[in-house]
Amino acid sequence: MSTKKQKLSSIGRKVLMALTGFFLMLFLLQHLSINLLSVVNADMFNEVSHFMGTNPIVQYILQPILIFSVVFHFAWGMVLEYQNNQARDVKYAKYKGSANATWMSRNMIISGLAVLAFLAIHFYDFWLPEINTKYIQGDMSGMSHGSDHFRYHEELVSKFAHQPIRVVLYFVAFVMLSLHLLHGFQSSFQTVGFNHSKYTPIIKKLGNLFAIAIPLGFVIIAIYHYNIHPH
Amino acid sequence: MNLNLKVWRQNSPDEKGQMVDYQLEGISEHMSFLEMMDVLNQKLINSGERPVAFDHDCREGICGSCSMFINGEAHGPVKGTTTCQLHMRSFKDGDTIFIEPFRANAFPVIKDLVIDRSAFDRIQHSGGYISVNTSGNTQDANATPIPKENADLAMDAATCIGCGACVATCKNSSAMLFVGAKISQYALLPQGQVEAKDRAQNMVAQMDAEGFGNCTNTGACEVECPKGISLSNIARMNREFLDGSITK
Repeated sequence: MSTKKQKLSSIGRKVLMALTGFFLMLFLLQHLSINLLSVVNADMFNEVSHFMGTNPIVQYILQPILIFSVVFHFAWGMVLEYQNNQARDVKYAKYKGSANATWMSRNMIISGLAVLAFLAIHFYDFWLPEINTKYIQGDMSGMSHGSDHFRYHEELVSKFAHQPIRVVLYFVAFVMLSLHLLHGFQSSFQTVGFNHSKYTPIIKKLGNLFAIAIPLGFVIIAIYHYNIHPH
Repeated sequence: MNLNLKVWRQNSPDEKGQMVDYQLEGISEHMSFLEMMDVLNQKLINSGERPVAFDHDCREGICGSCSMFINGEAHGPVKGTTTCQLHMRSFKDGDTIFIEPFRANAFPVIKDLVIDRSAFDRIQHSGGYISVNTSGNTQDANATPIPKENADLAMDAATCIGCGACVATCKNSSAMLFVGAKISQYALLPQGQVEAKDRAQNMVAQMDAEGFGNCTNTGACEVECPKGISLSNIARMNREFLDGSITK
């Protein structure tokens, strides 16, 4: 009889981290896919951005789930880090963490907080102006001010073109995201119980690929727009 | 060889402990680590000091009694061994060796390097068993067909000696490798299915009640485990637990 089940168990806690992690990884994949269009074709990028920015399912269902996942994943990660620290009051005089676990796995809180700091900049750069334009000023047209073309591509470009500090900040943030994903991807599968002698080695390789390719893609986009547009 | 030891000394559970320095000369590289501790204790006794209390029993690597966090690692620098199977040839003349108890709030220090691991016993009591009628009509074990692979995996899980190195080395003081092994050894066998839905629920609840931390899949436990218990046991525990949570 499971009579002792009163509050969320330690396994339940980590499963919630893994599930929000899965959702955030899917989000990263779609975010990168759309952003890559900005390198390939400005019109296509504008069309898709306008769709994502105005489609009610994306805006009123997926976006709130995303915001919840982001907030939850960060807040819950910090709560768990605090709880885990509390489980050992007297610390070791000598502790060789690197002898048996990777830096990434031991420092998810550091890479996570770095990504959180980046999100503050990123929201200030893109999300807040977007919310302001659409929901405060009520301009849902997606048009550049006083013109007949979409604003999305030129807004993206203006943030990076000849802005070395922002490009460097984004680069550092994506290195941290990469470190976070190097552990997080395969860890999420392990947490939901997916460990199999045949598939786990594939998941680990796939995780390494994801953790490097996704941040690298974002960095390439930032560097591309830094370089390519004459002002 | 000559050694500088830094040993955790603590008189009682309630007293504050501290690291104390000792110098040892003429230690043979053929000694086991515990024999080196015996030499230290003889020296302390001869000079009228209280010897260092430490856990030990079989001294052949199968009982799980010996603990000690040596130079920042559970059971010392050699992988796949307990402290009693660690030999002084793993160290060099003039080395400084940190010797601390396994640390976790769920493993309170009793004295010096001796810790109370009864939290593991209470987790076992909460579900680490099968109910078998032993009234004299016990059936032949081989009467129940079991795939060889599962029997091997169950045996691998059952080799856990409950030493607590997984908890000691985990940055979160999580006991999930121990509990994962204890759940897996039954989950893989038909005899374990009767109580399967409750076992993981109850053992995980007891683990949480004991104050162990949350697992973050660093994998340190698997590396430090003297019996090489695999992380796949934690995944199996998660599956068993989720199965019990959802279907019961």
